[in-house]
Amino acid sequence: MAVDTSGFVPKGNLNTDSGALSASGRKHTIKRIWEFLKSYRPKIFASLCLALVSVLLTLLVPIKIGNAIDLIGTGSSGMYGDLLIAALFAIGVCISQFAMNIINNSITYHTVKDIRNRAIEKLQTLPLSYIDSHPHGDIVSRIVADADQFTDGLLMGFTQAFTGIMTIAGTLMFMLSMNVVITVVVVFVTPLSIFIARFISKHTYDMFKIQGIERGNQTAVIDEMIKNEKTVKAFCMEKDALGRFDEINERLTASSLRAIFFSSLTNPCTRFVNAVCYALVALSGAYFAMGKGGFAAGAITVGTLTVFLSYANQYTKPFNEISSVISELQNSLACAAKVFEILEEESETPQKEDKITDCRGDVAVENVDFSYDPSVELIKGLRILVKSGQRVAIVGPTGCGKTTIINLLMRFYDTDSGRITVDKKDIRDVTRKSLRRSYGMVLQETWLKYGTIMDNLLMARPDATKEEVINAAKLSHAHGFIRRLEKGYDTVIGEEGEELSAGQKQLLCITRVMLNLPPMLILDEATSSIDTRTEMKIQSAFETLMKGRTSFIVAHRLSTTVNADLILVMQKGRIIEMGDHLSLIRKGGFYKSLYMAGMGGDEADGS
Amino acid sequence: MHELVKYLNDYKKECVLSPLLKMLEAVFELTVPLVIARMIDKGIKAGDGTIITVSFVTLIFLGIVGLCVSATAQYFAAKAATGFSAGLRHDLFEHILSFGFAEIDRLGTSTLITRMTADVNALQNGVNMFLRLFLRSPFIVAGAMIMAFTIDVKSAFIFVGVIAALAVVIYFVMTINIPLLKRVQSKLDEITRLVRENLSGVRVIRAFTLEEDSVARFIDANSHLTSMMQRSGKISALLNPLTYVIVNISIVFLIAAGDYQIRAGILTTGAVVALYNYMSQILLELIKFANLIVTLNRSVASAQRVNEIFDVSCSMTGDPSHPDIINASDVPEVEFRNVSLRYHENADDAISGISFKIEKGSSFGIIGGTGAGKSSVAHLIPRFYDATEGEVLVGGINVKDIDLSALRKHVGIVMQKAVLFEGTIRDNMLIASPGATDEEIMEALETAVCSEVVREKGGLDAHVEASGKNFSGGQRQRLAIARVLCAKPSVLILDDSSSALDFLTDKKLRENITGLSYHPTVIIISQRTASVEGCDSIMVLDDGKCSAIGPHAKLLETCGVYKEIYLSLYRKEED
Repeated sequence: MAVDTSGFVPKGNLNTDSGALSASGRKHTIKRIWEFLKSYRPKIFASLCLALVSVLLTLLVPIKIGNAIDLIGTGSSGMYGDLLIAALFAIGVCISQFAMNIINNSITYHTVKDIRNRAIEKLQTLPLSYIDSHPHGDIVSRIVADADQFTDGLLMGFTQAFTGIMTIAGTLMFMLSMNVVITVVVVFVTPLSIFIARFISKHTYDMFKIQGIERGNQTAVIDEMIKNEKTVKAFCMEKDALGRFDEINERLTASSLRAIFFSSLTNPCTRFVNAVCYALVALSGAYFAMGKGGFAAGAITVGTLTVFLSYANQYTKPFNEISSVISELQNSLACAAKVFEILEEESETPQKEDKITDCRGDVAVENVDFSYDPSVELIKGLRILVKSGQRVAIVGPTGCGKTTIINLLMRFYDTDSGRITVDKKDIRDVTRKSLRRSYGMVLQETWLKYGTIMDNLLMARPDATKEEVINAAKLSHAHGFIRRLEKGYDTVIGEEGEELSAGQKQLLCITRVMLNLPPMLILDEATSSIDTRTEMKIQSAFETLMKGRTSFIVAHRLSTTVNADLILVMQKGRIIEMGDHLSLIRKGGFYKSLYMAGMGGDEADGS
Repeated sequence: MHELVKYLNDYKKECVLSPLLKMLEAVFELTVPLVIARMIDKGIKAGDGTIITVSFVTLIFLGIVGLCVSATAQYFAAKAATGFSAGLRHDLFEHILSFGFAEIDRLGTSTLITRMTADVNALQNGVNMFLRLFLRSPFIVAGAMIMAFTIDVKSAFIFVGVIAALAVVIYFVMTINIPLLKRVQSKLDEITRLVRENLSGVRVIRAFTLEEDSVARFIDANSHLTSMMQRSGKISALLNPLTYVIVNISIVFLIAAGDYQIRAGILTTGAVVALYNYMSQILLELIKFANLIVTLNRSVASAQRVNEIFDVSCSMTGDPSHPDIINASDVPEVEFRNVSLRYHENADDAISGISFKIEKGSSFGIIGGTGAGKSSVAHLIPRFYDATEGEVLVGGINVKDIDLSALRKHVGIVMQKAVLFEGTIRDNMLIASPGATDEEIMEALETAVCSEVVREKGGLDAHVEASGKNFSGGQRQRLAIARVLCAKPSVLILDDSSSALDFLTDKKLRENITGLSYHPTVIIISQRTASVEGCDSIMVLDDGKCSAIGPHAKLLETCGVYKEIYLSLYRKEED
């Protein structure tokens, strides 16, 4: 946005990256999460209970089947009993897993919904200083991606880790109760696969990094060439562009091949370790099952051997899950901290209940001090007195603080000391809503939301009729170009209105004000991107609009200042001259030199 | 998707070997239960330790061979997948570069970029997974079933039932869930957009006091998202429990049936255990297979998006029979005959009924307000667009009949948005005329009043960042002008290309261009009368139509619009 934040240093530790949570920060975050989950605690408890049930039953099913295998062919009716129990257990697993999944989904989805809703409500109350000084992409990714990561990673990770630990403990217990030696074989061989997986991922990390760099290089070329394709075409440099692209493409392909191949060795390798483990279990189990010689002491049945084989197959799974969960948990804690940072950010000072009604438009700025950064002085002892219906022009070179005054008038920022009054009421004593409704504003930086042209214009007055909108558009000379668009007023414009030129966007913003007709006006370089002839036409519409309305005009072309009742000439945040056009010209100061230079034709430097 | 298969042509060997090797690995895996069965029946039951040891060695051997075979398969899959995407990326990029301005306008650059990057990556991933798993998983499932048949036909029918039941479950979960997931994704995109809007539009939202309205809109979209996610979550929550219970209950049936067979002396305990093991293998593979289908589904969507781009072709056709433009002096250098241009079918004309002639070596100004159609006129000369009606002629030949690169060498245009490319300043200058010497480049820089800039930056070898980010707007404009001047074009178009220059530099630039020794035909486009008043002739555009053509002095007298533009800059002075 068009805010002068020169020399502004963002406070807070928003930019410290993830992963680096301090111990106290982590504690604080966990505490916050626990509070946040208050209403979900019964559900979480239920989920854990179900996880426990499902783990126990999952482990018991192979045992029952093993028992049945031992009795197979003996004609014992006990086999059918075992099978029946196994089937019931399997159904139990199915039901408890399904119920757990549903409960987990409900917790996750609702938590992320709550967090996002709270965040968006928070955004409405955050001071502009926060929004101006933090990259929007970062805030968006906190509310969208981090919130997701947090709920997904944390809640799912938590239940997964819980299930994993229970499975490992349960498996160990059952195995030990059956045969110690085979258990030892499983316990020592299985984790090998995890080490191998770790080893591979560690060594392929660098390859992926190289791939990432090459991919970044290629995206940069794609981005540059496609964004500027018109220039590429104008110079017939397609071959050249393709040559640059191919060179990187070759490197990217080679690095991708390396990274993909080496990382894809993980599965075959772990499968191999599992196969070795399986073979060892089969070997030792078979000798125990024969029950001869040294193996007689721990003799087992064939059924038990099948139980061991089935456990050996499944034993690595919880290990893999837990090891991936640990890093995920750390990551989601960091994400949670990032989300909570926004939620905990201080809101704007609470507003008082008084309202501005039937605004006349007397504005007084009394002894105001203000700066974005306490160490860089900006506005000091500012006094302005504006009577109802007067026109105030603010002029000065780029970065002199013109926009700052607008920020203060609209109460986007609060003054450090002194006060601003509208109709003799301190603007801090009235609701922000009633203050802002009294102003209509057009900014140099135009903003349009995703939607049709009509949607965008109706923002100013949601209840306006189509005729009123079209009339307003005619007044602002936007009607002509809107009509020429593919679907006229129903043309959908993308985010930020990329399809429209800067001038057209500005015309739309002017139309909004024409539709709204507020008691006071703020025009912050409202016509900077519009050609002079159209501007002249709009100017006459503005003249009508400004009649009887207190208006603040930040002017980029000094020709607009001539008719102002009061001109504020600013330099480095201070008002250095004040008066009407004639008196300032006669004075022969900074204004006069600005005015004369402006007539020389460098109006393009107004930004 | 089949149109893209041709990118695998160079990798036929890999595409055949990789799945085949995977199948081989599957065969080894399918042998394991047989070995275990033998261990139980011949080893344990008969008390034969050698058979057990031999079985153990066999298992280890199967593991090692499996490892080697599958590692080779992974390599072939990775090779084919990366080769596939390399070829695809190359062709896609080349295809995008063949687009005309109309296609670029219509598709938008961000779409093109995501399709070049994210979609191609998804496709590469899809090919890789396909080669690795698509034969393996069905083969293990089918193989396990066949093995079951070889062990016992009656029991094998349980397998047939189970596989059918699992297939039905997976199919239903997938077909219901995939479209749901797509909708969830687009809703999530909407959420992202709304958050971004709340930030970028914070001043407007607060100024119009629309805070509650935006929160309400967000909460509404968010609730939608949550209920959609829950719906899709319920369905995917079914998958694992259902497959688990189906497989385990069928194992129960298998053993019950086996009991009967064993007592009848048809089966051994080892055979029943083998059947049990096959059943477990089927479960594992089917779940992998389901995940593969999700990946493939994503790749198919990407393939469609990539194909959409391939389906777009440059809309400009014609018969470029003239490889060159002969500079005959008796025809006008540039001529418009009743030209109209419409960007969309349903839109109004951007320009309509424009006719003019520009004589060789003369200067021509085009002036008008925002959206008057100035750039549209300029863009028709080097044939960035084709005229909807009428004819555009350069050197007396219709531009549609001129070889495009010859035309664009003949006509040099400096566009409104000055663009530099990554490289050195020299690289950028050589774009227009690859053979230019340093002296020629310096001369062009001198004319464009930017030799000083180049010196400050460290000479011709100074680095230029992507899109020329390390240069100011005014510097970029002057370098862009110099770049075109390097090629010494016969027609030089300056499309509002001095807007970021101060008055004095602009004036100096115009003087330098007038003084060029090779006397190009110059077309200057501007919003300011000061920039065009020195031209031999000026065309005034108003709302897409030509108001008047003539020299400055005459227009001041006869053309109201021109006078208005002229006065809009100077009126206050005359007050």
